[in-house]
Amino acid sequence: MATLSDVKPTEAKPEAVLSNDEILRYSRHLIMPEVGMEGQQKLKAAKVLCIGAGGLGSPLALYLGAAGVGTLGIVDFDVVDYTNLQRQIIHTTDDVGRKKLDSAADKLKAINPFLNLRTFDTKLTSANALELFREFDIIADGTDNFPTRYLVNDACVLTGKPNVYGSIFRFEGQASVFATEEGPCYRCLYPEPPPPGLVPSCAEGGVLGILPGLIGVIQATETIKLILGVGDSLAGRLLLVDALGMKFRELKLRKNPDCPACGKNRTITKLIDYEEFCGIRGQEEPAGNDVPAISVEDLKKKLDAKADIFVLDVREPHEYQICNLKGYLIPVGDLPKRVNELDSSREIIAHCRSGVRSAKAVNFLRRSGFKKVYNLTGGILAWADRIDTTMPKY
Amino acid sequence: MPQIQIPSPLRQYAGKQASVNVPAASVGEALKNLVAQHPDLKRHLYTDEGKLRAFVNVYVNDEDMRYLQKEATALNDGDTISIVPSIAGGC
Repeated sequence: MATLSDVKPTEAKPEAVLSNDEILRYSRHLIMPEVGMEGQQKLKAAKVLCIGAGGLGSPLALYLGAAGVGTLGIVDFDVVDYTNLQRQIIHTTDDVGRKKLDSAADKLKAINPFLNLRTFDTKLTSANALELFREFDIIADGTDNFPTRYLVNDACVLTGKPNVYGSIFRFEGQASVFATEEGPCYRCLYPEPPPPGLVPSCAEGGVLGILPGLIGVIQATETIKLILGVGDSLAGRLLLVDALGMKFRELKLRKNPDCPACGKNRTITKLIDYEEFCGIRGQEEPAGNDVPAISVEDLKKKLDAKADIFVLDVREPHEYQICNLKGYLIPVGDLPKRVNELDSSREIIAHCRSGVRSAKAVNFLRRSGFKKVYNLTGGILAWADRIDTTMPKY
Repeated sequence: MPQIQIPSPLRQYAGKQASVNVPAASVGEALKNLVAQHPDLKRHLYTDEGKLRAFVNVYVNDEDMRYLQKEATALNDGDTISIVPSIAGGC
């Protein structure tokens, strides 16, 4: 318990002195002893870097900016898209097509004109991460892919900055604080990334719109606690959030003494090629280029000519409800056990949303002895773009 | 009977179930029984050499099995095994 002798008036750094306007703005913080004037000045002196201004980055940046974090950096190179708006609440419909950095900057300055916002219009890479991280106290990871997750972790360990971590998929999320002085890092938990393609991304698997809100606010909470030096941080714990069951569970995390990044005999002493590490070097080409294919224009001609073709839709039933080409529906995962429903003597055109799953289906069917099976290049999205522009895209 | 919690990315390979009860005296046995019941899960949990994949973490209650007796960790009735694969989504 704090005693009177513990309470020393602290000399605020000149730049962290609060103006009367700021004192009024942060009133609800200042009247709590856990924050108070000292805490609010710590917030003002703090420099937090958000990686990404997307789903997690939106609530993170909005709450950190509103709370009075003095310097907020944001790294992003993306442009606002219609499909972002269901969850990336810092961006509005009018922002579609704008740079996420510009869109985010407008909202953050409107919420808090005292904020020193620093925007970095770049992809975070091994070439720029260390230099960037050195200018900040805490890194909040709101990225969406494995190479950047490992890059952020290693750069945090190398620069000694805490990594406030959050990650989401469909109805579930994870949060923790990695790379504190005593605590474990992301590699202590996951020494290696999954092989490419085995774990679907949000773009492939979907995500409930509120989920980045839940997890991003947990990240913002942990960031603020680290700055204030109050409470029990998530360092050493992995919080699992299941929105469907509305269950919050926590697992113990330990610092792995053999961790290649933060262990005693560490082998990672500089940043590496993270695309290569995650096995996705050379896979940037969309899958499906190597299977026999047909264009949407040629499919249209065949359908108009009433040619004897069989359109196979390998998407999921809930996708079929959004839009379809009246094809025969067998989800790609069910194909092995339902292959007997198909007639190998007919010409089969397989399609999915964008052409990736149907390429897998064509490969599978060809290996199973089907000779006249083709992939619809670009999937139903290409059909909606070039043949039937009234068709919804998703 | 110990219960295995299936995370959502893997539920599609486990009959869409969120949890599966398996009779087992150890973690290794529980996972073997799980993939016997749901063979589609196998390639997601094990390498071709039959080792558990490095990006799949297995917890017994709130403790990482790597810091217990790994797959030999004994199970009691009512223990919960959690499979915690890495997810990267953030956008």
